[in-house]
Amino acid sequence: MATQMIAPEPGYTGFVAEEHHHDYAGDTLLGFWIYIMSDCILFATLFATYAVLGNSFAGGLTPKDLFDLNFVAVETGLLLLSSFTFGMAMLGAQHKNMTQLLLWLGFTFSLGGGFLAMELYEFYHFSHEGAGPTTSAYWSAFYALVGTHGLHVFAGMFWMVFLVIHLLKDGITEANFTRLSCLSLFWHFLDIIWICVFSMVYLMGVM
Amino acid sequence: MANNATIVTDPDPIFGKLTWDSIPYHDPIILTTFLVVVMVGVGVLGAVVYYGKLKYLWEEWLTSVDHKKIGIMYIIAAFIMLIRGFSDALLMRSQQALAVSESSGVGYLPPEHYDQIFTAHGVIMIFFVAMPLIVGLMNLVVPLQIGARDVAFPFLNSLSFWLFVVGAMLVNASLFVGEFAATGWLAYPPLSGLEYSPWVGVDYWLWALQISGIGTLLSGVNFFVTIIRMRAPGMSLMKMPVFTWTSLCANVLIILAFPILTVTITLLTLDRYLGTHFFTNDLGGNQMMYVNLIWAWGHPEVYILILPAFGIFSEVTATFSRKRLFGYTSLVWATACIMFLSFIVWLHHFFTMGAGASVNAFFGIATMVISIPTGVKIFNWLFTMYKGKVTFDSPMWWTLAFLITFTIGGVTGVMLAIPAANFVLHNSLFLVAHFHNVIIGGALFGYFAGLTYWFPKATGFTLNETLGKWACGLWTVGFFMAFMPLYVLGFMGMTRRLNYYDNPVWNTWLLIAGLGALIVLVAICVQFYQIFASIRDRKNNQDLTGDPWGGRTLEWAMSSPPPFYNFARTPEVRDRDQFHYMKEHGLAFKRPASYSRIHMPKNTWAGIVIAGFSGVMGFAMVWHIWWLAIVSTVAMLACFIVYNFSGNKDYYVEVDEIEVMESEHFERIAVAHSAQTSHQQGLSGSQGKASITLPLSQV
Repeated sequence: MATQMIAPEPGYTGFVAEEHHHDYAGDTLLGFWIYIMSDCILFATLFATYAVLGNSFAGGLTPKDLFDLNFVAVETGLLLLSSFTFGMAMLGAQHKNMTQLLLWLGFTFSLGGGFLAMELYEFYHFSHEGAGPTTSAYWSAFYALVGTHGLHVFAGMFWMVFLVIHLLKDGITEANFTRLSCLSLFWHFLDIIWICVFSMVYLMGVM
Repeated sequence: MANNATIVTDPDPIFGKLTWDSIPYHDPIILTTFLVVVMVGVGVLGAVVYYGKLKYLWEEWLTSVDHKKIGIMYIIAAFIMLIRGFSDALLMRSQQALAVSESSGVGYLPPEHYDQIFTAHGVIMIFFVAMPLIVGLMNLVVPLQIGARDVAFPFLNSLSFWLFVVGAMLVNASLFVGEFAATGWLAYPPLSGLEYSPWVGVDYWLWALQISGIGTLLSGVNFFVTIIRMRAPGMSLMKMPVFTWTSLCANVLIILAFPILTVTITLLTLDRYLGTHFFTNDLGGNQMMYVNLIWAWGHPEVYILILPAFGIFSEVTATFSRKRLFGYTSLVWATACIMFLSFIVWLHHFFTMGAGASVNAFFGIATMVISIPTGVKIFNWLFTMYKGKVTFDSPMWWTLAFLITFTIGGVTGVMLAIPAANFVLHNSLFLVAHFHNVIIGGALFGYFAGLTYWFPKATGFTLNETLGKWACGLWTVGFFMAFMPLYVLGFMGMTRRLNYYDNPVWNTWLLIAGLGALIVLVAICVQFYQIFASIRDRKNNQDLTGDPWGGRTLEWAMSSPPPFYNFARTPEVRDRDQFHYMKEHGLAFKRPASYSRIHMPKNTWAGIVIAGFSGVMGFAMVWHIWWLAIVSTVAMLACFIVYNFSGNKDYYVEVDEIEVMESEHFERIAVAHSAQTSHQQGLSGSQGKASITLPLSQV
């Protein structure tokens, strides 16, 4: 055997002398991060689709005809604000302050709900004006991208409800704090995606 | 088969598009297959009930979160699907051998049936044979190699497995209820759009891939976290066994590539179900976008299949050359390079799209560049064997067969990477020969090497060596006979996916290819017989020490099969070949001074039940049975929430239980030791088989 091996120190058995506690919460957080990265790819694919089909109006309505930036600015404001309120909720969780946590989560939920309501109204309005998902490839891509984001926000709110039940049941335990951290990551991630949607879809749409 | 009567355009509110005409009972081939499947299914279920094993099956296997059992189930499922995928291959080979008009008419398979067969063959072999084989081996081996108790998220692992099973079941259901896609395995639109595929075939394809694809994505996240966070103390990244390294890279590819598949399939689903215009001919749809997207996933996918196989060859070569792997660092970097490059070559699947000379040149060169890190690996294995004490056990046979076969496949790949040559060769049988050359000669031979190598670890006894070598020899001969003629036919201008042709010159080559497929059939039968014979003779092939081959990495440092908690004590790693290091320093096969209790996850019903409902949802969506789709989706969510709120997901294994299991292990080692002593006394001078490599002083 050509390879040199360093002899082990005395007392080394090949196994640890004492078993260490494994940090399961760390596994969950990393796993969730990785999931979010894959979700990022999912959105990247939708953005790419949107970019490719960005001019395929098939002679129909274009975003310039329909987009109302003031409306979208309010919508964006709601979602950005909800990120701030989620941050406040996390501070409450860190201080083990249940009232603060639930109160800010409530704000976050309402802001998310407001955002979704505005988005649904916008979808309804556009479809009513004659730009539904089947109108042209452009509008298919628009509804797929913005709708997927909306679906994520809805999933986040759904999750929030059950997280609150967990919190009311067990309090701010270690497991619940991990769950909160995951949802927090998810919620802020959706904000970042929305900033991209706002810039690429709405701002560039009226340019 | 779909005819005008069976295609329902106005779905019934209760049964959707499903009618009695959806069941192809007038087709004798399908009816016979169906009856055989039903009889075998009822027979197996009856046997399980008769022997009172239903509870055992449910509690110990179906609801198990043990990575080793999940791994074994993946591999069993893969072999079942291999039977179906290979039957499709035989049907195609026989059809093409017969369907030359001047001698024998048009064969026996009508076009719409033949098209479903080649589609099903591709889908099954990639998604439901190759993927489960490699994910199964990862499940079996990776946690053992890194000294972990289980994967990071055991419940998700169970869910992933059952989602994969559901995908496979949907593909199988399409055989008996409705039809399968007749579009080719990647279902390019507009052919796969509603206009040209109006019935349910493409929908089966969509939902089978969507459901199993999500399972694969969850697996990818799971294994990434497992490898990053659960390695034994002292195992730095550059001390990881090579199979773990290549699995890590494959999982990174899964995490980055599978979301693209999810989106692409979803967009096609929207086109078919809601009438959107992503890939349609009208209103601005763009079919080439689909082709780009599906290959942006599809090319990394082939590296997901091959990279872990490279890892297997590395483990096997080092073990059977009794030598440290040559150039570990270069092999790891080569793997990482391939991982990166696999994302920038997708366009070579459609050079004829018309992207222009510069784009084609970029992708052609990027493709050729991949052959450099791959070549590095070939030399790693060759130099590991060089001056090693090579023993030719059957995993080594597979490795040698791979080295030659895969190199040929790689060379034809570089030929296809030349855009100008590609314009001539693409869509021909040359391409078919090339990718079978790399997937069979590369990935599949690797899985077979890995299965033979790790079989004793999973079961406690080795596979029959003689039959294993016969299987390898027959596979290799059969492979070359079946696919070398296709290279020739490609040059002669025969395009792929023909169910009928009018050129008698091709017939000779297709007959040879058909004969090759028959030899592969014999090889597969030998493999099944090998498994049967090895189980029958298991008392003679027992692996008592847990180290039948003289292994070098940690999975061999425990009993075979391993206890459900894997290592009684967590290893502390000092060396890349940790177990070899322990053996060299007299540390292996020694009982630790004491044990402490072990934290383990409990089995759960949630994985199989949630996946089961996803299968109902998929079936309901295929047949437009909206109420059932909604009910099963709600049921999925409800199950998940119930599981989420249930406590007691884990427990502790107490020390006395561990001591009993470990004592049994060390008793077996003592038996092996005495057997070895008498063996050596009986055969003094001759070299004992490598199966017992226990240094005498240590027991």
